[in-house]
Amino acid sequence: MKTIATAAALVLCAAGAQAGDHRFGPANATYRAECGSCHVAYPPQLLSAVSWKALLAGLDKHFGSDASVDAAAMKEIGDYLARNARTPRNGEGIPLRITETRWFVREHDEVPAATWTGSAVKSRANCGACHTQADNLDFGERSLRVPK
Amino acid sequence: MTRTALLLTGLLAGVLAPLAHAQTPADMLAAFERDARKADPAFKGFSAARGEVFFRSTHGAQWSCASCHTDVPVQAGRHARTGKTISPLAPAADAARFTDPAKVEKWFKRNCNDVAGRSCTLTEKGDVLTWLNSLHP
Repeated sequence: MKTIATAAALVLCAAGAQAGDHRFGPANATYRAECGSCHVAYPPQLLSAVSWKALLAGLDKHFGSDASVDAAAMKEIGDYLARNARTPRNGEGIPLRITETRWFVREHDEVPAATWTGSAVKSRANCGACHTQADNLDFGERSLRVPK
Repeated sequence: MTRTALLLTGLLAGVLAPLAHAQTPADMLAAFERDARKADPAFKGFSAARGEVFFRSTHGAQWSCASCHTDVPVQAGRHARTGKTISPLAPAADAARFTDPAKVEKWFKRNCNDVAGRSCTLTEKGDVLTWLNSLHP
């Protein structure tokens, strides 16, 4: 039985993406290099493929910044995001910000308003301010440190 | 090709590719200088002082280079919108800076569009790198 449990755990680890325990890694290296400098390389599992496609289509004007990538990187990143995207939710439209999804709002409903606006966090896009392992796509409770 | 051969090729490519492109920040600046001299035989050289002014000034848009990289880029910066920490830009404070020409060109393209709404000139890039190379923590 123990062997079966160990084998099952190994399979689960290898699968990587598990929304349940908030660990989504490891990320594709090109995705991380191209999309993980200005912000955390957000877990692909947090948006649907339609949303990722819409975001990639506008990278030259990405929330006011030029985040364009070359054609080879675009192909690799697009495939990676589409492969790992979540299924669209009924009636959610095409969200372009993870922070506006119902999932994000629900997960963060205990965070006080002052914490969001404080200088340590500054923006809801700044995952790493509290999720100290966000760069490794690990958003588990164990590495969570909310700044005072 | 066998799986082993594929694996070996992959490993070799992984080891050799960075070497083929690895440069020092001084090499990168020398390449800018060569290009500038080619474009203008009367080229008088880059200026760290001009680079410093360019880096800290706005150029018609909301942000300057310093908005994310700070006025003193031997220290860590912070993205002006997302708040994410950015490692220091000056090579003396982060040895990985200005060692990969493709990466350097990618970021000049992105950030010059954000800061100036256009590509930076060779002189602007050379001036800024001259200044960055002169900084020490």
